[in-house]
Amino acid sequence: MSYRLMKGNDALAEAAVRAGCRFFGGYPITPQSEILEYLSSRLPEVGGTFLQAESELSGINMVYGAAAAGFRAMTSSSGPGFSLLQEGISYIASAELPAVIVDVQRYGSGLGDIFQAQSDYHQATRGGGHGDYRMLVFAPSSVQESVDLMGLAFDKAEQYRNPCLILSDASIAQMMEPVKLPEMQEVDPDKPWAAKGKNGGDFKRITSTMYYIEDFDGYIKAKFDSMAAAEQRWENVEVEDADIVLVAYGISSRICKEAVAIARSRGIRLGLLRPITLWPFPTNAFKEVNSEVKAYLTVELSALPKLEDDVKIACEMKTPVKHFLGGANIPESSAIVEEAVSILNSREEVSWLKN
Amino acid sequence: MLSVTCAGFGGQGVLTAGLLLANVSMVYGKKITWVPSYGSEMRGGTASCHLRIGDSEILNPFFSSIDTLIAMNEESVDSFQEKVVTGGVIIANSTLVKNKTFRDDIRVAEVAATAISAELDNPRGANIVMLGAAIGATGLFPVEDFADGIDAYFGKKGRNNPLNRECFMRGAQAALDL
Amino acid sequence: MAQKLIPELLVEDNKFCPGCGHGIVNRVLAEVLEELGLADKAVGSLAVGCGCLMMDTFGTDWVQAPHGRAAAVAVGVKRVRPECCVFTYQGDGDSLAIGFSETMYAAIRNENITAIIVNNGIFGMTGGQMAPTSLPGQRTTTSPKGRDAALTGQPLNIINQMKNLPVGYLARGSVDTAKEINKVKKYIRTGIETQMKGGGYSMIEILSPCPTNWKMTLQNSLDHIRSTVRATYPLGEFVKDGERTDA
Repeated sequence: MSYRLMKGNDALAEAAVRAGCRFFGGYPITPQSEILEYLSSRLPEVGGTFLQAESELSGINMVYGAAAAGFRAMTSSSGPGFSLLQEGISYIASAELPAVIVDVQRYGSGLGDIFQAQSDYHQATRGGGHGDYRMLVFAPSSVQESVDLMGLAFDKAEQYRNPCLILSDASIAQMMEPVKLPEMQEVDPDKPWAAKGKNGGDFKRITSTMYYIEDFDGYIKAKFDSMAAAEQRWENVEVEDADIVLVAYGISSRICKEAVAIARSRGIRLGLLRPITLWPFPTNAFKEVNSEVKAYLTVELSALPKLEDDVKIACEMKTPVKHFLGGANIPESSAIVEEAVSILNSREEVSWLKN
Repeated sequence: MLSVTCAGFGGQGVLTAGLLLANVSMVYGKKITWVPSYGSEMRGGTASCHLRIGDSEILNPFFSSIDTLIAMNEESVDSFQEKVVTGGVIIANSTLVKNKTFRDDIRVAEVAATAISAELDNPRGANIVMLGAAIGATGLFPVEDFADGIDAYFGKKGRNNPLNRECFMRGAQAALDL
Repeated sequence: MAQKLIPELLVEDNKFCPGCGHGIVNRVLAEVLEELGLADKAVGSLAVGCGCLMMDTFGTDWVQAPHGRAAAVAVGVKRVRPECCVFTYQGDGDSLAIGFSETMYAAIRNENITAIIVNNGIFGMTGGQMAPTSLPGQRTTTSPKGRDAALTGQPLNIINQMKNLPVGYLARGSVDTAKEINKVKKYIRTGIETQMKGGGYSMIEILSPCPTNWKMTLQNSLDHIRSTVRATYPLGEFVKDGERTDA
C-alpha cells in the first residue's frame, strides 16, 4: 500500500471512518475543525451521518444517542469545547457505552489561544467529568500514530464498553506526514445491548449501569483495574543505560527523541520514556529503566507541570523527578539536552546525599 | 536530512510549494514532515511552512536552523535569514526582494520568479519557479525527476497545467546558471 | 362483561405522586404506540425530572440523557436508526430551561423525532422551584412571593417559539378533562404518525397538574388549569403536515 500525505486532523477523521465510525456530532473550534470539515463529506460517502451540532453539549449527546443505538460514534473538540464535553462523557461512561472522543489540545485556560499545547493532561487522565470513571487515553506523536491509535481506540471502546480519548494537539493536528491507512472495516451495530426497539424481547434501559448492578463499587473498580493492568502502552528509547530519562508524550516526545540522539552523539546517556497511553499511565515502562537512573525529566508543552505527577507516582518517588516546560513555545531539543546535563552536574555536586 | 522553510505573502502559494515538495519527496521514498505556520505566527499576512526531508525517520518536525530558505518576498528574508545555517541556501524571489544585503556565509540564488511566471503567462506559478530553483540549487532530486513528480501530482488531481512544468524548469535553470 | 385493558407497555405501576398528570400521559402514549404497532420499534429518550420515573415502568427501550439533552440523544438514535420510532419525554423544566437549546435545535433542523413535553409549570422532582413556564404571580419555592415577570421573564410558550419553523406537527393538549385527554391521544398519535411517514419534527406539549408542588387538591389543580393556565397556553393544533393551522 502506498503512502498518502495527510494532515493530522484529516488522518484522524479518515481513520475513524475506516474503523467503522458512522456517526459524528460536533462543533467547530480551532485547531480541530478539519475533522468536522473532512467528515462532513466523507461520512455520507459510506452511509454515515455527520451532524454539525449547535454546541459541544449537543454534539456529545448526539454521540451518546448514536452509541446507545449500537453504532460507532465520535466527536472531537479542543480546549474550551473539551470542557463542555465532560458532562456527556461522564454519562456515556456511566451508561457503559463505547465512543471515541478527540481532544486536539490548544494553549491556555479560558479562551486561551489556538496554538499547540499539552495543558489538558489532568482533565484527560483524571476523568474530566464527575464521578467514578476513567477513559483510555491515547496520545499519538505522529500522523501515522494518529491513524493507528484511532482504530485501536474504537476497538478498545467496544471491548470495555467505555469512552476512549485521543489526546492530540494543534501541532500534530496541523502538520502533514506520509501515512499508511488501514482497510475499511464494517462493524455490526446490532449489539445485544443496543437501543433499537425491544423487538419482542425485554426492553432495554440505557442509563447509569449502577442502578442495575449489584456491588457496583466492586464491579466498576474491577473494570478499571483490569483496564489499567492490560492497556498500558509505551515506547522506550535507550533507557537501559540512561543516567537521565526524559518522559514525554505526543509532540513533546518527538522533540525529546531528537534530544536523545543529540545527547548520545555527545556521549551523554540520555533516554526517553514515551507514554502512548496516558491512562492507564504506563508504570510498567519504568521497570525497563536503568535502576541506577539519576533523574527523570518530564517535558511537556504546558505552563504548569502535570505529567510530573504521574512520573512521581510511577517511580514511587525513589528517583528525583524534574520538569521542563515548553509553555507556549516549542522547546529546542538542544535546550532539553542542556537541562539534562545541568541536572546531571547538580546531582554530582549533591551526591553526598546518597551516603 | 534537509530542513526547508518556504515563506512569503499569503496568496503566493507558499503552502502549496511546500506541499508539492513534500508530496514529490514522499513519492520518491523520502521521509518528510510538513509543518505550517500557525497561530500567532499567521498574523501579519506572512505565510510559511517548514519541511524536513530525509532518508530515515524524522524525529523532530520543528527546527530552528534552516538549510534551505525559499523566500517569496522581502519580509521572508528579514524573518528567516539569520536562521539559515552557514553554507545554507536562500532562494530569493528577486522580483520582490531588491537591494538586499545577504550574509556572505550562505549561497544565495536570486530568481525573478514573479517576473518569470508572468512572462510564461502563468502568474500563479511563481511558487513553482521558486521550487524549481530550490531543487536546482540543492540537488535534492534530479530536476527532470522532480518535474515528472509535479506533473503526476497535478495529474492525479485532474488539473495539470503544462505551464507548471515550464515554470519549474525555468526556475531550476536559473539556479543552475548561478 | 366490561374488561379493563391495560397497555402491555405499562409493565409496572407508575411511581408518580397521586394526582400527577404524567400517569395519564404515560397511559395515552402507551396506547398510541401499541395501536400503531410501534411498541417493538420505539426508543424513548428522557433525561432528568419526574418524567424519568417512567424508565422502569414503561416498557420501551430507553436512553437516559443528561439533564436537558434528551433531544440531542434522540437525534443521535434517530439518525442512525431511522426505522425506529424515536421520542423524547420530558418535563418543562428539563426541556425548556436547561434543555432549551437542544429542544429548539431539534425543531430548527426539523429532526424526524417526536417530542413530548409535559408542562406543569414547575420543577417537580426537585421540590417545586420556578420553571420557565411558571405563570406570573405563581408562588414556587424560588419565587415565594409569586413570579415577578419583570425580574424573571414572561412564561415561555414553546409553541410560539417553534410555530414559524419548518416543522411537521405542533399541538398543545391538556389532561384536565376526559375530553381533552382524548384530544391529547389524538395529538400524540398524529405526532408519531408524522414522524413515521418522514414528516419532520413533531412536538406535543401537554398541560398537566402537579398537586404536590402546586399545594392544591387534584380538583383545584384541574380547575386551575382550566381557569388560568390555558389562558397563557391555549390548546389545539398549531402546525399540521408542515402547515400552520392556527392562523
